Amino acid sequence: MFDTLLPYLLAGISVGGQYALIAVGYTLVYGILRLINFAHGDIFTAAGFFMVYLAAALPPALAVPLVIILTVILGFTVERVAYKPLRTAPRMSIMISAIGVSYLLQNLMWYLTGGLARQYPVLPGLGDSIQIGSASTKVVTLVTPVVTVILVVALVLLIKRTKIGMAMRAVSVDFETAQLMGIKINNVISVTFIIGSAMAAIGSMLYFTNYTAVTPTIGAMPGLKAFVAAVFGGIGSIPGAMIGALIIGICENLIKAAGLTMFSDAFTFALLIVVLLVRPTGLFGEKTREKV
Amino acid sequence: MKKRGNRRLIISLAVVALIYVAGFIVEQTCGSKSMAVTVLQKGAVYALIAVSMNLLNGFTGLFSLGQAGFMLIGAYSYAILTIPMAKRAAVYQYYDGGIVQFTIGMIPALLVAGIVAALFAALIGMPVLRLKGDYLAIATLGFAEIIRAFIQWDAIGPLTNGSNLLKTYPTLKTAMPGNTVLFTFIVVGICIGLILLLINSTYGRAFKAIRDDEIAAEAMGINLFHHKQMAFVISCFFAGIGGALLAMYQGTLQANGFKSAMTYEILLIVVIGGLGSVSGSIIASFLFIACSEWWLRFLDTETMIGDFKVPLLAPGFRMVAFSVVIMVVVLFFRKGIMGDRELWDLGSRRKAKGGSDIK
Repeated sequence: MFDTLLPYLLAGISVGGQYALIAVGYTLVYGILRLINFAHGDIFTAAGFFMVYLAAALPPALAVPLVIILTVILGFTVERVAYKPLRTAPRMSIMISAIGVSYLLQNLMWYLTGGLARQYPVLPGLGDSIQIGSASTKVVTLVTPVVTVILVVALVLLIKRTKIGMAMRAVSVDFETAQLMGIKINNVISVTFIIGSAMAAIGSMLYFTNYTAVTPTIGAMPGLKAFVAAVFGGIGSIPGAMIGALIIGICENLIKAAGLTMFSDAFTFALLIVVLLVRPTGLFGEKTREKV
Repeated sequence: MKKRGNRRLIISLAVVALIYVAGFIVEQTCGSKSMAVTVLQKGAVYALIAVSMNLLNGFTGLFSLGQAGFMLIGAYSYAILTIPMAKRAAVYQYYDGGIVQFTIGMIPALLVAGIVAALFAALIGMPVLRLKGDYLAIATLGFAEIIRAFIQWDAIGPLTNGSNLLKTYPTLKTAMPGNTVLFTFIVVGICIGLILLLINSTYGRAFKAIRDDEIAAEAMGINLFHHKQMAFVISCFFAGIGGALLAMYQGTLQANGFKSAMTYEILLIVVIGGLGSVSGSIIASFLFIACSEWWLRFLDTETMIGDFKVPLLAPGFRMVAFSVVIMVVVLFFRKGIMGDRELWDLGSRRKAKGGSDIK
C-alpha cells in the first residue's frame, strides 16, 4: 500500500512546494492591493520561456540568475503599466486589467514562440533520477521542499524584521494611513511584485524540470491552484500559503493515485468553495470586517 | 412624454427590422460560406452571451466568471437531446449508443438548454452568492472548471460521451440552410429583448440598486439574496441558450473548448462595450468577432510591399495587436464604447446620469 502511494506522495510534496512559490506572489499582492493578480500564472510561464531561450545560448550558471532578473523586470513592468494607473479606480477595474494582461501575455507568448510546446532544458543536478525506497524520482522532488522552506523562512524574516517588511505590513493593514505616515506605497507595491516574480521564476525552474513542455497557456492552471492555496492558507499569510499549497499538491496527487485524474483540478476548486463558505479567512488568515 | 416614448419605440423596432433585413440580404448575396456571414452568426451568438454576462456583472454588480461553464451545460444539453436516433450509435461508439434514447426538436432543445443551465445556476448560486467581490469571481470560475471536468468524466460517458466529440446534431448549416443569419438573429433578438424587458422592470431597478449600494438597497426593502439569485439564474439561462447556439455554430462540440479563457474573452467584450450597457455589449461583440475573425486577419500573414518585408507580421500577431487594444480600452477608456448608456438613449435630451463606475 505504502509502496504504491509513495511516488504519488513524493510528487505531491514536490508539486506542492512549486505551487507554494507561486502562491507567495498571489498572497503578497492580494494582501496589499486586494487584487487577484490573474497575470501571475503567465509571468510564471514567461519565466519558463526565458529559460528555454537563455539556456540554449548561455551556461546554466548565467542563465539561472538572468531568468530571475528578466522575470522580475516583467512583473515590475506589468505592475507599473497595468495596475499603477488604476490605483484609485474601483477594485473590479484592476481585476479586469489583470485579466487583460493575462490575455495579452498569453497571446504575446503564442506569437513569439509560434504556439508550439518548447522543451524545457535539463538543469544540471535537478533533472537526474534518484531512488527513494521503491520509488524512482528526479532530484528536483527532494530539492523543491528544501528550497521552498528556505525561501519562505527568508521571506517571513524579511517581512517581520526589516524596514521594507514593516512598510509592507503597514500598507496591507491600511493603505491610506500608511501613505499618511510617509510610506511610499508605490515603492512598497513594486517590491511586492519583484519578490512575487522572483519566487515565480524559481518556482518555474523547479516545476518545468518535472513537466518539461512549456506552452503559452500552461501557467494558467498552476496559477489558479496557487491562488486557491493562498486563499486556503489565509490570504496575506506566507506560511499559510506554503501549507495550503502542500496540502493541495498532495491531495491532487492522491486523487490521481485513486484513478480520478480528471478531478484533480476540480478538487482544488471544490476545496476553494468549501473554504470560502466555511472559513473565509483560511487557515491562518486574520479576521477582517467589511467596512460600510 | 408618452407620445415621444411611442415614437422612440417605433423607431427602435424599425431599426431592428432593418438590421434583420440587412442580415438576410448579406447572406443571400454573399453566400453562407462568406466571412461576413460567419461574423454575423458568431457575433450574434457572442452578443447574447455578452449581454447575459452584462446582466450579472454590469447591471447587478455580481462579478461572476462562470459563464463558460453554463454555456457548456447549455451546449451539451442541446447536443445530447438533438442528435438524431439513427446516428447515436456512431457518436456514442464507446458507450453503446448512450443512455438518452430519444430526441426532441431544435427549438425545445434550445429552451431545455437554458433551463438546465438555470437549474445548475440555482444550485450553485445558493452557496456561492453569499460571497462578495473577487471571492465570488474565483468561486464561479472554479465551478466552471468543475463542470468542465465533470462532463468529461468517463463514468457519465453514456450521457455526455466523455471527452469525445459530440456531433451530427442539427447545426446552423444543416437546420437552417440559407437562412442561418436570420435564424440566429431571431433567437438572439428574442432573448436580448427579454433581458431588456427585465432590466427595465422593477426587478431590473432592484438589480441596479444592488449594484450601486448593497446596504442602501437592503435598507430600501430589496431582498438581496433573492434578487441576486434571480439575476444569476436568469443570466445563466441565457448563457445556456447562448452556449447551445455556439454549439450550433461550431458544428461539433467538445468540453475542452470551454475553458476559462472563453469567459475572459466575453468579459473583455462586456468591458469594451461598457459595463451596464446592452447595446454596448452587442456592438462590442460584433466588433470583437469581426476583428478577430476577419478584419485583422492580414496581421497574421507575412506581407511583402515591393521588396520590403513588413516587419512583425506573422501568425499570432493579430491577437497581440488585439490584446494591446483591449488593454488600452481597459486602462484609458474605462467606460468602454457606451459607458452605461444605451444606443437608443443617445438621441434623447435627458442628461447622462452621473458616472456610476464599476464597483
